[in-house]
Amino acid sequence: MAELKDKISALCPQAQFDTEGEFLLVTVDDAQWHALAKALKEQLHFDFLTAVVGVDWKESLGCVYYITNTESQEIIHVKVATTDRENPRLHSVSDVWDVANYQEREVYDFYGIVFINHPDMRRFFLRNDWVGHPLRKDYDESEELNPLRLDDEMNEDYTCKWVEDENGEVKKVEGKVFEDDEYVINVGPQHPSTHGVMRYRVSLDGEMVKKVDVVSGYIHRGIEKLCEGLAYPSTLLYPERMDYMSAHMNRHCLCLCIEKAMGIEVPYRAELIRLMMDELMRLSSHLLSYGCLTMDQGATTAFFYGFRERELIYDIFDKTCGGRMSMSYNTIGGVVADVHEDFIKDVRHACDTIEKNLKEYHKLFTGNVIAVGRMKGVGILTKEQAASYAISGPSARAAGLSCDLRKKQPYSLYNEFDFDEVVREEGDSMARYMVRMDEMVESIKILRQACDKLEACEGNEYCAKVPKLIKLPAGHWYQQVEASRGAFGVYIESDGDPKPFQKPYRMHFQAPCFNLVGIVDLTCRDNMIADLITITASIDYVIPDIDR
Amino acid sequence: MFDFKVVADWLNELLNGLMPSWLATSIECVIVAVFLLAAYSLIAMAYIMYERWVCAWIQCRIGPRRVGPWGLLQVFADVLKILQKELITLWSTDKFLHKLAPYLVLIASMLTFACLPWGKGMQFIDFNIGVFFIIAVSSIGVLGILLAGWSSNSKYTLIGAMRSGAQMVSYELSCGLAVLTVVCLAGTMNVTELVEAQADGWFLFKGHVPAFIAFIIYIIAANAENNRGPFDLPEAEHELTAGYHTEYSGIHFGFFYLAEYLNLFIVSGIAALLFLGGWMPLHVPGLEGFNAVMDYIPSTLWFLGKAFFMTFIFMWIRWSFPRVRIDQMLALEWRYLMPIGLFNLVLMAVVVAFGWHF
Amino acid sequence: MEVKIKSMKHEDFKDNEYIDKLVEELRASGTNIVVGKLNDLMNWGVSNSLWPFCFGTSCCAIEFMCLGAARYDMARFGFEVARNSPRQADYIMCQGTITYRMAPVLKRLYEQMAEPKYVIACGSCAVSGGPFTKSYCVVKGIDEIVPVDVYIPGCPPRPEAFFYGLMQLQRKIKVQKYFGGVNRKEKLSPELKLKYAGGEENKD
Repeated sequence: MAELKDKISALCPQAQFDTEGEFLLVTVDDAQWHALAKALKEQLHFDFLTAVVGVDWKESLGCVYYITNTESQEIIHVKVATTDRENPRLHSVSDVWDVANYQEREVYDFYGIVFINHPDMRRFFLRNDWVGHPLRKDYDESEELNPLRLDDEMNEDYTCKWVEDENGEVKKVEGKVFEDDEYVINVGPQHPSTHGVMRYRVSLDGEMVKKVDVVSGYIHRGIEKLCEGLAYPSTLLYPERMDYMSAHMNRHCLCLCIEKAMGIEVPYRAELIRLMMDELMRLSSHLLSYGCLTMDQGATTAFFYGFRERELIYDIFDKTCGGRMSMSYNTIGGVVADVHEDFIKDVRHACDTIEKNLKEYHKLFTGNVIAVGRMKGVGILTKEQAASYAISGPSARAAGLSCDLRKKQPYSLYNEFDFDEVVREEGDSMARYMVRMDEMVESIKILRQACDKLEACEGNEYCAKVPKLIKLPAGHWYQQVEASRGAFGVYIESDGDPKPFQKPYRMHFQAPCFNLVGIVDLTCRDNMIADLITITASIDYVIPDIDR
Repeated sequence: MFDFKVVADWLNELLNGLMPSWLATSIECVIVAVFLLAAYSLIAMAYIMYERWVCAWIQCRIGPRRVGPWGLLQVFADVLKILQKELITLWSTDKFLHKLAPYLVLIASMLTFACLPWGKGMQFIDFNIGVFFIIAVSSIGVLGILLAGWSSNSKYTLIGAMRSGAQMVSYELSCGLAVLTVVCLAGTMNVTELVEAQADGWFLFKGHVPAFIAFIIYIIAANAENNRGPFDLPEAEHELTAGYHTEYSGIHFGFFYLAEYLNLFIVSGIAALLFLGGWMPLHVPGLEGFNAVMDYIPSTLWFLGKAFFMTFIFMWIRWSFPRVRIDQMLALEWRYLMPIGLFNLVLMAVVVAFGWHF
Repeated sequence: MEVKIKSMKHEDFKDNEYIDKLVEELRASGTNIVVGKLNDLMNWGVSNSLWPFCFGTSCCAIEFMCLGAARYDMARFGFEVARNSPRQADYIMCQGTITYRMAPVLKRLYEQMAEPKYVIACGSCAVSGGPFTKSYCVVKGIDEIVPVDVYIPGCPPRPEAFFYGLMQLQRKIKVQKYFGGVNRKEKLSPELKLKYAGGEENKD
């Protein structure tokens, strides 16, 4: 860490450092930030902007940028703030990391921080006639300001951009989203293959897609704001309802983060059960994505086959956790109950069945000439683009970006297991599909090993002794896990409030799907409208995870 | 084998004996129309159930089982429901064309339906250019679909209609070529004569390699003609919500739905007529006893059985393959099917000219 | 008289009083036998051919897919013809949270459906806002926007609960008077109409 500190201070002498926490914290002024960002990426290879967290520190507003070096897996975080609460302005880094484009729009939406030189400073989640910025501590929540409006929301046809000239004066410049003579169709918000309520405004030339404008927020439920009003144990239910296909992983992540902050040691057996649940969830999720991908291409039968096996996994969840989809199984310090007596038997059975049936899936769909024709070479994402757009999970690994956190930054017990990271080079829809299919085989491998280990520690405790009132010291923490669709991160900032029911000062969820939606325009351009469906299905995002 | 012509002739004489010939003809027309409509709706409903059961079977499901015994009444419930659904009128559309479109589709399928050989001597229309007529009237359907897409004044329906236009016009060619190949072999376009010519063996077996190639081409092209998967682009659910009929509700949508299944029956029927001997029973030369037993099965059953068998193949394809993309679909037609079809026609001409067929 | 659902006992349903009250109302209003039988026939048709409109916003949609898949197979009841166009669907099953941004879309979709149409609020989010009630942009139950026929609680409801809800909808349809009268409700209650006056005009 000290070495890194020296390197960065050489780049930016004004920066202040804090080496206390888990990652190196760099605090810079807005004036130096853009130059530092550029240098960090180009000279120190910090090419992966993991998360942008907007925070309201009451006296100042600002952002915390978590940046990863994809080669050495080092993480630093940079704090940039402004004290101007009336007209908060920061410099955009969207030209350095592409992912910052949407991330900064999110921060603008929540905090009203305007990013100078950002190409498209529109709201991202909330209606464009929304009053106020909800995550600011001084937000007025009254119904009169933002009532339930049932009139149709008007399209935003203009982008706005704040440009800084040589004298340091900032001016607003408007641009057009679509030209007047473009043939624009709406895909969504209610469309069978957006997998939820996503809306794309697609400009077409015949059947060719010329541009995709993402309009998100149709299922924005304000989870981060809700978390700020609840005690820590109550916040656990929300990550499950974001990406419901990675319910266990997301909840696992939040638990890990709180445990890290409190310094709780989780029993071995508890961590093992969590890990098994994670892998079962991954299987279930990949089976669903197989089903949806095939159905979106019209092969309905394959969809039903995918769902057949998911029922086996649901049964396991049902027996142990008492629920099929939102399990609420992980808790701070372990899991809520020990596994069902049939658990190991069922898991082994499910593993055997799925392994056998995967061959059938390949026979039914993978080799099909139409499927190959529709997926091969379509929607190509390069490794550099994947890093720049901060794509993680199967979609990034299909592009050759090795980013499996289970291998790269092992958490839980993953370093005890023998499995391979599936990486492909092509970066097209086919590769994304195949990565998922191969990952299922790896998950089965992990599950089989875990079954043996779990048998060995039968009867051990499944939950640590945790204080009745969960209190975190002042500070901030960031934890990532590998969810089904990529790296899921949780940022918690605590003010160390001594009150009995302590509430998080700021809780941010870095959802993998949020970054995935950023590449829709990139990959779909100059492809056909039918490819838009295939590509979005192969990217496999879950909408509530994007919108939160 | 029982010839239905006897019944028809008897009825004709009876009516002519009782009343003036213009009245007799009118009454006959009405009787035929009633039979036609009844057969049309019954077959459509049977096909809807057939599709639902076959699809459930392929997908490891059970399929409709609760409404009536074995779910047989399910489709009647559907029809009752759809009959009384509200018909939504859209403003800022061409109302006349919007309402005309489903009827055009229905009429096209009904006209084609009337030409099928239902059994020995059992045909609504029988004239010397039967096959030609079938091909001609079946193309009216595309007009209905284009109108539906255009008049709905929605971008989705328009894309669906345009796709449909491109698709139908292209695949009409290879469909026609496949049919021509058989006509070349048979030397006639008359439906009855076509069937009669297959008395000693179906064209699929008689026609050597070219007939077989024509059969394969026909299956692919007919699937596309019918807008069925893997060629269901005009209504591609996951791209265009419901394609050209997105804006139709109630019975107008029901007409599209019925016509879709009827068209499935029609293409199966034509395949049965051209390649599998129409209503002709299966005869194996040399096995007299077997042939005699086969003759006892009524000709209508033979025809329906063959049509249902062909439909099963179409459904099997529909539920196994993913959907093609528009450029792949056009490439398949213009780069492969059409040249192969043309070559195949020449090949068949050579085969016929040299008498190489069986 | 009770409302019959094939191979389901009357006692298996929970809110029989509600349906029985509707039956009594139906009887009290009286009708001649031809119209009555026609009524029954129509209701039989409608109740057995409920085509859903796929409207999944979050988790419940996945359970709805399970409902269609091989183990639960809603095709048995004839519910499987899921339409993607609101014009052709019979009921809208709102699976998931409705936010302020989505609310006008839901209302518009409901208005685009053809009569007779029904609404099922599915999952606690659609019923009441669920775990997100306190949020700044979540609708506290879709009955603020559209009239709801059946509520299916759960987060998400199990497929069995979906079936129960669908059967309750069937029962409700079976006691409706097709030619006007019992159980044919107004599109929106007068208060709501007043509240959202102006919204009606952009119906297309």
